Amino acid sequence: MEYIVLLFSEIYKILYVLIPVLVSVAMIVWLDRRIWAFVQKRRGPNVVGPFGLFQTLADALKYIFKEIIIPASSNKIIFILAPIVTMTLALIAWAVIPFSEDYVLADINVGILYIFAISSLGVYGIIMGGWASNSKYPFLGSIRSAAQMVSYEVSIGVIIINVLLCVGSLNLSDIVLAQEKIWFVIPLFPMFVIFFISSLAETNRPPFDLPEAEAELVAGYQTEYSGMMYAMFWLGEYANILLMCALGSILFLGGWLAPMDIPLFDIVPPPVWLILKILFLFILFALIKAIVPRYRYDQLMRLGWKVFLPFSLIWVVLTSGYLLYFDLLPVY
Amino acid sequence: MLAHAIFFYFFSFIAIISAIMVTVSKNTVHSVFFLILDFISISCLFIMIGAEFLGMIMLIVYVGAVAVLFLFVVMMLNVAQQKNQWFKSSETSTHIPVGLIVSLIIFFELIIVIGGWKYKPDIIENFSDSLISNSTNTHTIGSVLYTEYIHLFQISGMILLVAMIGAIVLTFRKREGVKRQNYFSQISREKNHGVELVEVKSNEGVKIDV
Repeated sequence: MEYIVLLFSEIYKILYVLIPVLVSVAMIVWLDRRIWAFVQKRRGPNVVGPFGLFQTLADALKYIFKEIIIPASSNKIIFILAPIVTMTLALIAWAVIPFSEDYVLADINVGILYIFAISSLGVYGIIMGGWASNSKYPFLGSIRSAAQMVSYEVSIGVIIINVLLCVGSLNLSDIVLAQEKIWFVIPLFPMFVIFFISSLAETNRPPFDLPEAEAELVAGYQTEYSGMMYAMFWLGEYANILLMCALGSILFLGGWLAPMDIPLFDIVPPPVWLILKILFLFILFALIKAIVPRYRYDQLMRLGWKVFLPFSLIWVVLTSGYLLYFDLLPVY
Repeated sequence: MLAHAIFFYFFSFIAIISAIMVTVSKNTVHSVFFLILDFISISCLFIMIGAEFLGMIMLIVYVGAVAVLFLFVVMMLNVAQQKNQWFKSSETSTHIPVGLIVSLIIFFELIIVIGGWKYKPDIIENFSDSLISNSTNTHTIGSVLYTEYIHLFQISGMILLVAMIGAIVLTFRKREGVKRQNYFSQISREKNHGVELVEVKSNEGVKIDV
């Protein structure tokens, strides 16, 4: 009996996080298209609902009623598994994101490692989709994407080490609470910039969207997908983007903390601050999509391995040296 | 405790089944996917015994990096057909005895290690008593790894570095006749170097030096 009660209360908590995430993914797709349009002096989706807010819902409905075509020469099980894997991995990472001091689904000790592990698993959805389609463009797209995501994960890992040196804990709530005096974006500003660019590459966003470069690869790993399976890839991608924005705001922008510790800011509940920061980062993502041309593949690899990795490694040495010299290392 | 037992048997069952499927399945890519499943369920087992740091590192290193390279190799080299040929023809089956010998050696090594750990626990120096029990196991691993075992840790890092450099040296080849792009010259290119205005007389054309 108590197991059943526990089960239902856990499911309730999970839905309490999951449904807002899914709704905000839908809204964020709309926002992305709107910003893209405004930069290019177009209107963007503005017909369905007020300001076109329900456009994504309409699109999702359309995808549900479309026929799912599975290519005859594909590997059927893996072909169907790929979008499911992408979507699941994009959603389960939200379990450890702290929205306020007590509003977090799983407050685990190794939260940041968990998110890092989940985001490094994200590459499998793409590889599986590309390989199982058994066609040239998806395969090339998935190979490109795998190489790109693995390379940029390395620099993200090193950047996370920088933050962890200043915090002394892998728990995400501890990371946020360590920024009560000063947000890490100020002392670690170069790392914030590199993290932002790496997360663009990690989520296959423009200017690093080479896996789906339409001029060369049709649509990359998604070419053979249709209907709801394509929509799941798409939702997973945007959930991942949102997750990267949340991670950036937790690591560098002080998570749920208000910008200053004055009573006026206490009126706003903590989750709203986190959402505002996620929105700020997402608007940057969308603006960059609109204004920056796509990278060439060798330039992308050079940027990851020859620029970001050495620079963030040197910054680890600098940070640890600084902390050691001024005796600021958080020792437990 | 019941839920704990259920989850333990669930994950170990998946781990064993997928480990068998790695060797049995005909398609090599499927083998790699089963290997990934095996890694994931074993890291779940690690998390269940309270070693959450090891479990996460297992996911990041093995599943996130090593298995991706496996998949790359298997997909690019098209080993799928080779695997079937290995077992079919009897003339080319020289690697089966080699594989048997290797697996026997690994088996005996495991027996020695586990037997020593079971029957002579004091054979290795034990630091577990001196550890603070109330800190998380990430802190504990860090405080042991960087103090007691720092030399072994550094040596293993050196071995990995040497192996990496060796692999790069072995596979590196300088190809002739490849056009390389110099980023600095591309970016620092200016209009008066790139564009030239030439007076062309009609019906004569102009010769352009490349």
